[in-house]
Amino acid sequence: MSQSPIQPTVAGWFTDGDEPKLIGTQCRGCGTYFFPKQELFCRNPSCTSTDFDEVELSRTGRIWSYTKHYYAPPEPYITGDEFEPYTIAAVELETEKMVILGQVANGFEPEDLHTGQEMEVVVEKLYEQDGTDYTVWKWKPRAS
Amino acid sequence: MAKDVAILGVGMHPWGKWGKNFVEYGLKACNDALGDAGLDWQDIEVVAGAETVRNGYAGYVAGATFAEALGWSGARVLTSYAACASGSQAINNARAMILADMADVILVVGADTTPKGFLAPNAGERWADPDWLRFRLMGCTNPTYFALYARRRMDLYGATEEDFAAVKVKNARHGMANPNARYHKEFTQEQVLESPLVADPLRLLEICATSDGAAAVVISSMDYARKRNIDPIRIRAVSTVTPTYPMTSVEMPYFSTDSAAVVAPNEMSFKASIAQAAYEEAGLGPEDMSMAEVYDLSSALELDWYENIGLCPEGDAEKLLRDGETTLGGRVPVNPSGGLACFGEAVPAQAIAQVCELTWQLRGQAGDRQIAGAQAGITANIGLFGHGSSVICST
Ligand SMILES: [Zn+2]
Repeated sequence: MSQSPIQPTVAGWFTDGDEPKLIGTQCRGCGTYFFPKQELFCRNPSCTSTDFDEVELSRTGRIWSYTKHYYAPPEPYITGDEFEPYTIAAVELETEKMVILGQVANGFEPEDLHTGQEMEVVVEKLYEQDGTDYTVWKWKPRAS
Repeated sequence: MAKDVAILGVGMHPWGKWGKNFVEYGLKACNDALGDAGLDWQDIEVVAGAETVRNGYAGYVAGATFAEALGWSGARVLTSYAACASGSQAINNARAMILADMADVILVVGADTTPKGFLAPNAGERWADPDWLRFRLMGCTNPTYFALYARRRMDLYGATEEDFAAVKVKNARHGMANPNARYHKEFTQEQVLESPLVADPLRLLEICATSDGAAAVVISSMDYARKRNIDPIRIRAVSTVTPTYPMTSVEMPYFSTDSAAVVAPNEMSFKASIAQAAYEEAGLGPEDMSMAEVYDLSSALELDWYENIGLCPEGDAEKLLRDGETTLGGRVPVNPSGGLACFGEAVPAQAIAQVCELTWQLRGQAGDRQIAGAQAGITANIGLFGHGSSVICST
């Protein structure tokens, strides 16, 4: 059986491989981090820098909160043939001290989660379109 | 005192799903507010419209649309958009013209016709727009955010699903006595808890719908009111502050927060800072409030507001609710109008409707939902992209 081609939903937002990471930017002026990448201006009101370096963000963090979604959301979410409920977690990255939302890795339910729990970035299929599997970052409970 | 403006008249078109043009709703609200003020349309110097983005060009130029619908009179016009805070921003811009002595009497109006279901982003492929991306990349709807806040209250403060249901039960009961509310139906806690989960832990009956509706207020300088021998309800403050960096709470439509790695976050949350700015401007505090109208986009969110507007310390909202302090008859009733639970949201009209409710309560005209001896009240709301507002009115 031939495999569907795989593509990221958005190019340049995350790395792949065994230990994927989100890609953000860091301000050269004040050192603060941004995800998604901020490249035009620094959001820190005390900083006037317009220079940024692309950086890989730490791939683990702790749950700020989480939920499971039971209704099909409107477009542009791509549902496929049948809507499947999905879990979303908000995770605070350790080093960057920013909260990033994402779906939770397939097979994990709210019962498997709690606030403060350690999570890691994985890359999984989000939807299929015209024969291609599109991937996105997701949060997965870290094996302890 | 020097910054007070007078509320001369208020009016609303009942909330619902009427399937009509938003202009029709708005005209009804305008005419009721003018009638309540004892003024003729041609007495109005400025029309301040709150924009609706769901009704084409006529909605984008709401101020002019209503000036035309009432009959071109040469009145000046302004239109404001600030997501859910559009109505109070229109009030604030109108207030600024009065305080700058550019006008004496202004009609403020917001009206909307809204689609069914979840509020969805604008159409098209918009890979740089966070409001579009949150749907495409993770299916993050507005209830997703409400659910994240609710779950956090449970994990941090011991809130229960029963508490969230109790907010809905309370607001549904309040709304029974409000002819402008869309829903007039009481619920038991069990009925709320039996409704289907939308975004765990929130259920269908705990998440506000979208509605058609319109609200209008006529405001004037205090001198203008005095010359007409009116002792008016006064607007004491309007807060439209933005967040301070770094914004560390997850707010719609963003799917990430600012980083707190370099700059320490403000001790006060954005929502608390909205109310704080209003209290400072009014020279009043939470202890002076007889009531509050807050944005219960979800039942759980109302509990966050108790803390954000200073009715109780952080983590004590559940106790305030359980003690009945925020129910009609309690120390400081919250959402005596029935709130969004009974209205559903009509975006540009909602913040104006909150001010209408304050006015009726402070005048003693709120009928069966009247708060005895109400002296002052606060409204609070929050919208997309760092918008929020709070209005304080008093006798
Ligand atoms: Zn910077």
